Amino acid sequence: MGEATPLLELRGVSKRFGAVEALTKVDFTARLGEVMALVGDNGAGKSTLIKGIAGIHTYNEGQIFFDAKPVTINSPRDSAALGIEVVYQDLALADNLDVVANMFLGHERTQAMGMLDEDSMERTCIETLQSLSVTTLRSVRQEISGLSGGQRQAVAVAKAVMRNSRLVILDEPTAALGVAQTRQVLDLVRRLADKGLAVVLISHNLHDIFEVADRITVLRLGQNVHEFMAQQTNPQEVVHAITAGKMLHVPGMAEVEIQ
Amino acid sequence: MKTTPSSPGSGLAPATAPASGSRFAQYMQRMRSGELGSLPIILGLILIVIVFQVQNQNFLTPRNFVNLIVQMAGITTIAIGVVYVLLLGEIDLSIGYVSAVAAVSMALLLREPISLPWPLAVVVALLVAAAVGALHGSIITRFQVPSFVVTLAGLLAWNGVVLILMQGAGTVIIQDQTVLNIANAYLPPALGWALALGGVALFAYSQFTNVRARNQRGLTNRSTAITIVQVALVALLSLGAVYFANLDRGVPFIGLLLLILLAAFSVLATRTKFGRYVYAIGGNKEAARRAGINVERIRVMVFMISSVMAGVGGIILASRLRSVDTAAGGGNLLINSIAAAVIGGTSLFGGRGKVSSAFLGALIIASIENGMGLLNLSAGEKFVITGLVLLAAVLVDATSRRGQGGAKR
Ligand SMILES: Nc1ncnc2c1ncn2[C@@H]1O[C@H](COP(=O)(O)OP(=O)(O)OP(=O)(O)O)[C@@H](O)[C@H]1O
Ligand SMILES: [Mg+2]
Repeated sequence: MGEATPLLELRGVSKRFGAVEALTKVDFTARLGEVMALVGDNGAGKSTLIKGIAGIHTYNEGQIFFDAKPVTINSPRDSAALGIEVVYQDLALADNLDVVANMFLGHERTQAMGMLDEDSMERTCIETLQSLSVTTLRSVRQEISGLSGGQRQAVAVAKAVMRNSRLVILDEPTAALGVAQTRQVLDLVRRLADKGLAVVLISHNLHDIFEVADRITVLRLGQNVHEFMAQQTNPQEVVHAITAGKMLHVPGMAEVEIQ
Repeated sequence: MKTTPSSPGSGLAPATAPASGSRFAQYMQRMRSGELGSLPIILGLILIVIVFQVQNQNFLTPRNFVNLIVQMAGITTIAIGVVYVLLLGEIDLSIGYVSAVAAVSMALLLREPISLPWPLAVVVALLVAAAVGALHGSIITRFQVPSFVVTLAGLLAWNGVVLILMQGAGTVIIQDQTVLNIANAYLPPALGWALALGGVALFAYSQFTNVRARNQRGLTNRSTAITIVQVALVALLSLGAVYFANLDRGVPFIGLLLLILLAAFSVLATRTKFGRYVYAIGGNKEAARRAGINVERIRVMVFMISSVMAGVGGIILASRLRSVDTAAGGGNLLINSIAAAVIGGTSLFGGRGKVSSAFLGALIIASIENGMGLLNLSAGEKFVITGLVLLAAVLVDATSRRGQGGAKR
């Protein structure tokens, strides 16, 4: 497992929002065939880190390597072109569109004269949901506004999986789910990695993480304080890193931290 | 962000594999769950027709029917653009005077010193409108200011431009026969029949090939009964309209133009990526952006559509009046155009609506105006009644939205 090839590598990335330094010189790696868990307290910078990978915003400094080649990611399109798919914490679904339209948003299939190929998209959508054993949807032509939280999560995950992506990032995918649906999503996460994809999983639930993750990266106050191998550590050690991990860099704005 | 959980009991029940619809039952379910579609509007329209017909026997005559089509043409055209803007969750208050800018430009280009041939004059006028829309859209997206404010400024400024262009002349008469024909020519009866039959055949063909294609791919279908009823209704309405119009002067050319515009913009909204993105942005702008959609470009294009359709509407109105004057684009043109889209069922809150609502809403507004004109009601009474209809439409919009799993407030 230690030999898995890095697919994505961040070196020394930082991100500032005005006076707030949300990320400071963070190194981060995601490997093919592995689940990398990203943990940290609220506001540690987990979402900020993955938004940089997704092209929602750009880092102020640092480098991104993909397949060992330096790349720039300036937009969600750049990110999607590399084969990166993200399931966001605040699910990025359009309430007024149906399941099919959401799954293909931004990647619609067209036929003659630029007309949408609805039938083909619907077919693929149903197949994807079935392959993930998502059985709670009544119809793929239902509007998102009529779905439960778990159903929405399932759609968002299926959406990320459907494109032949190489790196799937999930920001707290199980936060709103019941026991059975959490189980399904975790199984799904594991299956993605076993298929050879690189998976990044953000979660506050260490129990979930120890169940599926191969490695665990701990962020604290915008810094990478440790990367663990899941099999060589335990929840106590990780919790300690989350709350009291050693900071490598002097925080840029001490006043900000005091507030 | 709209991440409100949906109302309890909304389909958490474990079901079978996701299907694409359980036919008729699902259709009825959609109707009940507040997605009433066009039904309340059509019922309202029938009510209006009955009331006016009882009051005045002249309402449902072929002559008045043909008049009505010509009367509603300008508003319908402008309202098509309004639907797109509302779908984005934006508003365009400049459409009244932008329509006048286009109409006045055309009239002046046709007139003596310049005397352009009509196709050039029309194209230049519409390019001017497109530029106006591009300007509005660019300001709104570049500086991230509300469309309400930018187009309110546009309302004032373009009114001023109309007055400046007219240079004190009270009225410019249009003499070009082709331009006059836009709103004043009628199709020969035989041509009316041929077009209606052709249109119905085309509609039926596309519906039934669609059903067959879905069956072949193993996708569930709308029930064949609904498809047949739909095709029959379309056939009945279009052939009936042609029959009725042919009892008088025939189908107005403008009626044909309206149908073509409505069909083209419906296809754009529902069958293309562009239309899909307009709905997505209106539903959740952030989701659209994260999906890699160029949100700002789509928004600018929608304001261009709005201005160009206003321009087309302005030209139609000018053709009908056979002139333009300093009052062009004023009065209640703006209010009526926006009201048409809303009465027709397009939501003011973005993301929900159809191009056809421009037609239905304009039909209601024009029917009320026309009917009240026959009854010799005062302008004051007309405004009050139109206002009440608009209010009713907005209330239907707000309450049906509440029925949709509380996804939006
Ligand atoms: N758009 C923004 N503008 C200003 N500050 C921001 C912005 N986004 C994030 N931040 C700040 O950056 C820091 C990291 O936030 P981030 O959302 O990445 O945390 P997180 O680790 O995902 O937390 P959580 O577990 O609560 O999701 C926080 O202090 C937050 O306030
Ligand atoms: Mg977060």
